[in-house]
Amino acid sequence: MSALLLFISAVIIEKTALVLVMFLITLGIAAYSTYGERKVAAFLQDRLGPDRAGPWGILQPLADGAKMFTKEDFIPKDSNKWLFILGPGAFIFVALMTSAVIPWGTYFTGFGLNVDLQVADVNIGILYVMGFVSLGVYGIMIGGWASNNKYSLFGAIRASSQMISYELAMGLSIISVILITGTLSLRGIADGQAGTWLGFIPQWNVFLQPLGFIIFFVCALAETNRAPFDLPECETELVGGYHTEYSAMKLGSFLFAEYINMFISSAVISTVYFGGYNFPGIDPSWLWGLMGPVVIFAKTFFFIFVFMWIRWTLPRFRYDQLMHLGWKSLIPLSILNMLLTGAGILCLG
Amino acid sequence: MSQYLFLTLALVSVATALLMVLSRNPVHSVLYLIATFFAIAGQYVLLNAQFLAIVHIIVYAGAIMVLFLFVLMLLNLNNATEPQKSNAWKVTGAIASGSLLLVMVGALKGSSAAVAQVAHKADVGLVQNLGRVLFTDFVVPFEIAGILFLAAMVGAVLVGKRDIKL
Repeated sequence: MSALLLFISAVIIEKTALVLVMFLITLGIAAYSTYGERKVAAFLQDRLGPDRAGPWGILQPLADGAKMFTKEDFIPKDSNKWLFILGPGAFIFVALMTSAVIPWGTYFTGFGLNVDLQVADVNIGILYVMGFVSLGVYGIMIGGWASNNKYSLFGAIRASSQMISYELAMGLSIISVILITGTLSLRGIADGQAGTWLGFIPQWNVFLQPLGFIIFFVCALAETNRAPFDLPECETELVGGYHTEYSAMKLGSFLFAEYINMFISSAVISTVYFGGYNFPGIDPSWLWGLMGPVVIFAKTFFFIFVFMWIRWTLPRFRYDQLMHLGWKSLIPLSILNMLLTGAGILCLG
Repeated sequence: MSQYLFLTLALVSVATALLMVLSRNPVHSVLYLIATFFAIAGQYVLLNAQFLAIVHIIVYAGAIMVLFLFVLMLLNLNNATEPQKSNAWKVTGAIASGSLLLVMVGALKGSSAAVAQVAHKADVGLVQNLGRVLFTDFVVPFEIAGILFLAAMVGAVLVGKRDIKL
């Protein structure tokens, strides 16, 4: 009995530690994504970017955080007070929940421990991600509605219709990957991409699903409300979009959660299409297991960079173009991709 | 342990369902209903039906309630503009839902034996087993449900395009 209790408490401590580490890493990466975004924007626009706070401006996120926390926190008089507070809270909560099922490496052995580098290996991991992605819209909708401002309401309505539309194509492109790997677990999907073809091409799903990857990536841009799909916070039309009435750290939570979403989407793209913690030449021993997190974070950072690159390169869509792309191009394409994948599996075994 | 979890979830689902019916503001009602769906999804997880739990969240909380909230926001109902319903409507609603409750209680009264049998197959809710069962034992009802959805989709398109030439 006591051995069982000891085992259970060891599991609880291990998982709590993993959750805490993931939480801190997520917040750190989100904070430094804001710095990265400004530096990337500056580079693409031939400027210097932030360079006052600390060497090369690397303390800029701390300065921004201090500013956000110390500004006046204003709640409009005619707003729905509790829902106004719930909105940003729900948004950042949902954004932080998604990382629980992403495998960051194989396992770590040492100091008498055998630790899975994943918070929870549920057998429906990819559906868990889809579920929380679909819940992400509530924070925006509640916040935008509770502000009692027509610009905020327009932003909220745009966000919800956009997210519903792009979730469909995203789910359909995921189905093709599930058809190939035969599992819904993200660890299973990542493990299925170990090894190489012909000795040098890594067995990543992106080579089997190029169309699916493009659809998924476009949908990820739309789901995270990033340019060129950032219509919900389109400054030229809607002042500030759904967060027009927000100030101080409530505004900070909305902006911060967007960067968390970008990090998580990049991690999911790396796991589902780019082999996760696998890279050519990996050997399933514990030493290489330690390399896993380095590899997946490198891939994730690359995709965060691509997100920023696209934001500072492409102009914003018009709203009807966005809906047209979602419903009349991406959904038929992803259904076609699903049929092709099914036919391919049927023919090639 | 799981008994306490069950009781907590049951309490939360009943409480939020009541709050959903009783709150005056329709947006609050929608949010309470979402909380109810989460509590019910928790019950599915306790029954080891993870797939059902997450699909419940994706479909109900992630899609249907978003549409509810979407419509409510477009209408932008508040206390001033909300149509006041007469007491006759309340009586009608109470009678209708009361008869539904009677039917449900009557149908579930003798079902304790059936529940005990299902509990033997503890992993029936996992996605592999569920898929196998859906495409072997229950393939006809499954396909008929698919046709039903197709009909609903066609109907929705027809309603959406009023001036369509038939």
